[in-house]
Amino acid sequence: MTWEPVIGIEVHVELRTDSKMFCGCAVSFGEEPNVNVCPVCLGLPGSLPVPNRRAIEWITEIGLALNCQISPVSVFHRKNYFYADLPKNYQISQYDVPVAHDGWLEITVDGETRRIGIERAHMEEDTGKSIHLGGGGRIHSAEATLLDFNRAGVPLVEVVSRPDLRSAVEARVYAQELRALVAELGVSDARLEEGSIRFDANVSVRRRGTDEFGTKVEIKNMNSFRSLERAIDFEIRRQVDVLDGGGELVQETRHWDEEAGVTRGMRTKEGSSDYRYFTEPDLVPMVIDEAWQAEIRAAMPELPADRRARYLSLGVDPQTAGALVGAPPAFRRLFDEAVDAGADAKAAANWITGELVAWARREEVDPAEVAVTGAGLAELVAMVAAAELSASAAKDVLDGMARGEGSAREVAERRDLLQITDRGALEAVVDEVLAEHPDAVERYRSGEAKVVGFLVGQVMRASGGKADPRVVNELIRSKLDET
Amino acid sequence: MSLADLTIAEAAKGLRRGAFGARELVDAVLERAAKTEAELHAYLTIDHEGAREAAARADEELASGVDRGPLHGIPVALKDNLCTEGLETTCASQILAGYHPPYDATAVRKLREAGAVPVGKTNLDEFAMGSSTENSAYGPTRNPWDTDRVPGGSSGGSAAAVAAGSALGALGSDTGGSIRQPAALCGLVGMKPTYGLVSRYGLVAFASSLDQIGPITRTVEDAILLLEAIAGHDPADATSWAGDLPDFRSELGRGVEGLRIGIVEELSGDGYEPAVSAAVDAMVSSLEAEGARVQEVSLPTFDVALSAYYLIAPAEASANLARFDGVRYGLRVPGATTEEMMARTRAEGFGPEVIRRILLGTYALSAGYYDAFYGQAHRVRTLITRDFARAYEQVDVLVSPTSPTVAFPVGARTEDPLAMYLSDICTIPSNLAGHPAISIPIGLDPAGLPIGFQVMAPALSEPLLFRVAAEVERLARFDARPEVVTP
Amino acid sequence: MPIDIDISHVARLARLALDDEQLERYRRQLGVILEHAARVQALDTEGVEPTGHPLGFTNAFRDDQVRPSLERDVVLAEAPDHRDGYFVVPPALEGP
Ligand SMILES: [Zn+2]
Repeated sequence: MTWEPVIGIEVHVELRTDSKMFCGCAVSFGEEPNVNVCPVCLGLPGSLPVPNRRAIEWITEIGLALNCQISPVSVFHRKNYFYADLPKNYQISQYDVPVAHDGWLEITVDGETRRIGIERAHMEEDTGKSIHLGGGGRIHSAEATLLDFNRAGVPLVEVVSRPDLRSAVEARVYAQELRALVAELGVSDARLEEGSIRFDANVSVRRRGTDEFGTKVEIKNMNSFRSLERAIDFEIRRQVDVLDGGGELVQETRHWDEEAGVTRGMRTKEGSSDYRYFTEPDLVPMVIDEAWQAEIRAAMPELPADRRARYLSLGVDPQTAGALVGAPPAFRRLFDEAVDAGADAKAAANWITGELVAWARREEVDPAEVAVTGAGLAELVAMVAAAELSASAAKDVLDGMARGEGSAREVAERRDLLQITDRGALEAVVDEVLAEHPDAVERYRSGEAKVVGFLVGQVMRASGGKADPRVVNELIRSKLDET
Repeated sequence: MSLADLTIAEAAKGLRRGAFGARELVDAVLERAAKTEAELHAYLTIDHEGAREAAARADEELASGVDRGPLHGIPVALKDNLCTEGLETTCASQILAGYHPPYDATAVRKLREAGAVPVGKTNLDEFAMGSSTENSAYGPTRNPWDTDRVPGGSSGGSAAAVAAGSALGALGSDTGGSIRQPAALCGLVGMKPTYGLVSRYGLVAFASSLDQIGPITRTVEDAILLLEAIAGHDPADATSWAGDLPDFRSELGRGVEGLRIGIVEELSGDGYEPAVSAAVDAMVSSLEAEGARVQEVSLPTFDVALSAYYLIAPAEASANLARFDGVRYGLRVPGATTEEMMARTRAEGFGPEVIRRILLGTYALSAGYYDAFYGQAHRVRTLITRDFARAYEQVDVLVSPTSPTVAFPVGARTEDPLAMYLSDICTIPSNLAGHPAISIPIGLDPAGLPIGFQVMAPALSEPLLFRVAAEVERLARFDARPEVVTP
Repeated sequence: MPIDIDISHVARLARLALDDEQLERYRRQLGVILEHAARVQALDTEGVEPTGHPLGFTNAFRDDQVRPSLERDVVLAEAPDHRDGYFVVPPALEGP
């Protein structure tokens, strides 16, 4: 019997707006407890929420980037449940009309590219933070719970995928792609370790070849991409084992235990998840019409898929284009500036992804601090094309440029790296070398053609590596052949 | 006559004539309270010190030529579900005993900015849930006209205070009639503005889509003065109207000649006390005599308005009151776990009517019942609004009794929730539609208890509403005062 | 139409610790009220949209601007229990 995993991912993304979703408290991380709170985000009696316009624009950006439909009219709902870190004991969220719905995100695994469906992206507010004291930090045996509401009311976007993922690896890649996307949009810090992006997985298995879904289990508490993949892998195996052993699965929520490498069921009271959604009466409907959408779209940065297509159209080869799409933003800007300055796109892309990325890593310099300019890179590419610089000399020049030593030509001159292409100047050196190695000349004449390589090498050495090897080669052959 | 018996407009004139100062005025009001409170219990908190300070400031400002307008130096009472910075705000509930809000409600802030002198916080049915002010955790308020009877509710404390002269005017809140019904039962003017006209920020929410703050006063003119001070857009309330405000006085004095007045058929008949019906009929005849064109209008969905209301309001309330959980403020009853602490706090902190409505609302929203109850009630609400729209094609305003009965005896309806709910049958439709409505006193029944006349108008038609109300007031010549103030 | 109410389930959802006698009393009262309220079901509402804001407006937003928060002393002054700047509650029984 073979089983097919069916996986959907729910992602919570905290937006990095200046102020919270429904009040003017600052959104900030790592402060003293309960300093960024006010009547609204503490749920004091009489307070009312007013939505943050920028948060709505940013969720719309996320929706558009995920190829979603944007609901022309969308509303907030109250999701009712009691929990100590939820100040109003309801969360302002969205239910049947989310801001964005029915989109997709492309992922590539093992060279195969697939579209993963996006069911919806909706806006909500974050909860506060509970710290469970005693009992080794575990909820069940804690002696008290401390509450900090700084995070309560931070804008939160929930992105729900369709159950289109078929392996733990795919799930991990999807999560990574989504994280990269929101980071790219600049709407979230998207840091897993700080919880500004969080993943839950819905996992079930079914007999391969069938369409119906198996019993779904929700897994929570995965704090890295690695643990996401491990947890899903574990859960798939667990479910298959249960089913193969003739057992039955229960629909439940399970916690991933990173240390033990297992998922564990949570104690839940039956019937406790009736959220009693109803339209939030403190808010009016949001109309995100075509005009507003166009404004939002115009303000969006270029997205990875669009960028890749543009690089390819400029003549960059697919592999380099892929590398450039994933390169640090400063380097992508450098590429665009170099192309604007007239550089050959393919060559500029190769220098950036091949040499500059490695240089910055080796020298431990932030890409934004690398001193190469677009015009400088264009000059370098042109000098190489004109054989003014050898490939190896160009690397040296780039090193100088990166350190801020000047333009390509300035560095090449200062470091004495310009290639000698002047035939007259090289002829004298060639004559010298031929005179110094009469035995080699003799061997050539007796039919040993490969000795030319030795002679070229000697000329190169004599010129301090600056001679253009093509010119030298030509000169030597013509000299040897003419006599 | 004591200064405490002046209308706001009269007192404003007296202050400017120099006939008396704001200190004298507030002292007269505090003195009246000292005399009547033991019997009436209109107030939960009287802020003697704060009131005297505010009055002294008003005297200084007026003396130095700083005039903040007609409310400057006027003693007003605030329903205790309006947040007042640093002044205890309980909503008449144990669960908020000793709670001091860190901020003023927008309406309260606006009154302070207009120079008004808040006297204190008035009693109400707990969280504004009730029609008699008997559901207060701190004891009921009595009707100044007959202390064996209720003052109506839920703004019964505000109404009793204004009727007794322990305030010149007051703010109440109206979710299903909580301003208009107590105003009617206490012989006062009570007005519920168009939903969104007055900011709800700082009003402890009962049913967010229905709640409005409004004035309870002795005259229509005074109601306008208070509304002018508190109305207007508030960026802190996303449901507050951001458009132009109507000029509430623009139609005053035009009379009712040629005006089309509709009598709501569904708001009469069985269950309406004969004295109430007779007084309302007499007023309609007077209006007709003034040239109004009167006709009966049927709004059939009014028959189910009460049912819809008793699903929608408790549903919203069940969520609005979820925040009272013993975690961040208010009462906490200990428990071994968070869940137990919350459940005990809520069970002990809320009174029976509040618990009843929370349970009702929770049920109406819960899985399997939502569509049949809450969802259906919301669609019915749309039908009620359509009925109004159809009626306003035929007539300019609608009229009815404010309450089917005069003030009823204390305890008469406490054992029968449904009978109590029926007190609001005339007032609820305007809340469901979000329209403005006003109650004007038009007479006394044979036992000497006041009768209120309700006028309803389309959304944002306050100028028309006040025009008709002022005419009703003129025709009624209601100048009776309760005995408690005429010893 | 007699209405069936699982009153202890409703009380649990509403976080109200009521004893059996209270539960039974509320169950009876809710039954009476709901029977009256059920009259809304007699109306044909096919195709009727629920009511939004009575004035029908949309898009009430605020700009993304930071405004002063409350002083922590003020915030914690009303707290039934607090420690080191945190609100304190008894341990939770279960996750959200
Ligand atoms: Zn806040």
